[in-house]
Amino acid sequence: MSRVVHRFTRTVPEWRPRVTPVDLAQATPEQREALKITPSNTKVSDYVLVLAHDPETLAIRSPLFNAIMYDPGGMSRAERELGAIGASIVNRCIYCAAVHAARHAQLAKDTAVTDELFIRGEKAALPPREQAIFDFSVKLSQSPSAVTEADAARLREAGLSEAEIVDLILSTALFGWANRLMHVLGDPVRNDG
Amino acid sequence: MTATGFEASPWRGALAEVAAQTRSDIVEMSRKAEEAVTAPRDPGAFPTEWRLAMAARIAALNGLDNLAEHYRAKIAEPALRALAVPGAPGRVAREQAVLAFMDKVAAETRTVAAEDIEGLKAAGVADADIVRLCELNAFMSYQARVLAGLAILKGASA
Repeated sequence: MSRVVHRFTRTVPEWRPRVTPVDLAQATPEQREALKITPSNTKVSDYVLVLAHDPETLAIRSPLFNAIMYDPGGMSRAERELGAIGASIVNRCIYCAAVHAARHAQLAKDTAVTDELFIRGEKAALPPREQAIFDFSVKLSQSPSAVTEADAARLREAGLSEAEIVDLILSTALFGWANRLMHVLGDPVRNDG
Repeated sequence: MTATGFEASPWRGALAEVAAQTRSDIVEMSRKAEEAVTAPRDPGAFPTEWRLAMAARIAALNGLDNLAEHYRAKIAEPALRALAVPGAPGRVAREQAVLAFMDKVAAETRTVAAEDIEGLKAAGVADADIVRLCELNAFMSYQARVLAGLAILKGASA
């Protein structure tokens, strides 16, 4: 039996699709092409097979995702993960939050920040720079039209460069996208026993 | 002109800002993603003008009136342009189910549950079309946040 996970966790659950994934044996050439450029092409996940129903978007989303989250330059990888986690907490995407909290803990060699995020959610109390990054991510995720120049000023005061702020905007916005796929198209589940 | 009128889009100015600050391939891929969700080669059950109406509706739900107007202005069919306004009802039961789903995914994402997907299936929306709806909705969320985020950096990046 498997049960749906409702609480934030760093232990990454399984993901159970709510629509039928594309059958790899029946995939069209365009779907195969789109599936090839995902990070793991040896074992294609159900999530990516679900997204293969819209191969044109998948083919562009996978490299865009990698460029925003992993390309060198700008904000550190751990801090980009913090932007992703802020969005995932607002949208309550348990699966995204788990993957990216685990990654943050690994990159930052620290679990204190993500422990606090999962206990107190949007009201988490963090060190000043992390606090500024997280608060901005939460605000932009909740309501894009609510962010103001004062929010940008606060990020600069916390020590972020313009390129880092752009990376924070991009990683937060990207998870506005990812959450609306992962949280909407499937359930995070844990197998009992 | 691209199918989505990229040259005249507020999206274009925002992407120029990204290009000035970060990796330029992000700009090109973001532009292509907009085309993939608004004017795809295989639109499934949702033709381009209907997609533009959803893009406008979601931009408006996010409080980005310029972006909403940009998309709305491209819609020739009055019945479709009417759908661009948040709260406007669907013309048939299936469309009403789709609109309720789109509004919820855009603005109340955290409350979306398995029943919402079951509701679409019950209304006769195919699995592939459910994924298409989610990608359109999710891209619009990305675009709205990139635009709104970059708007507060204007003038400071010299």
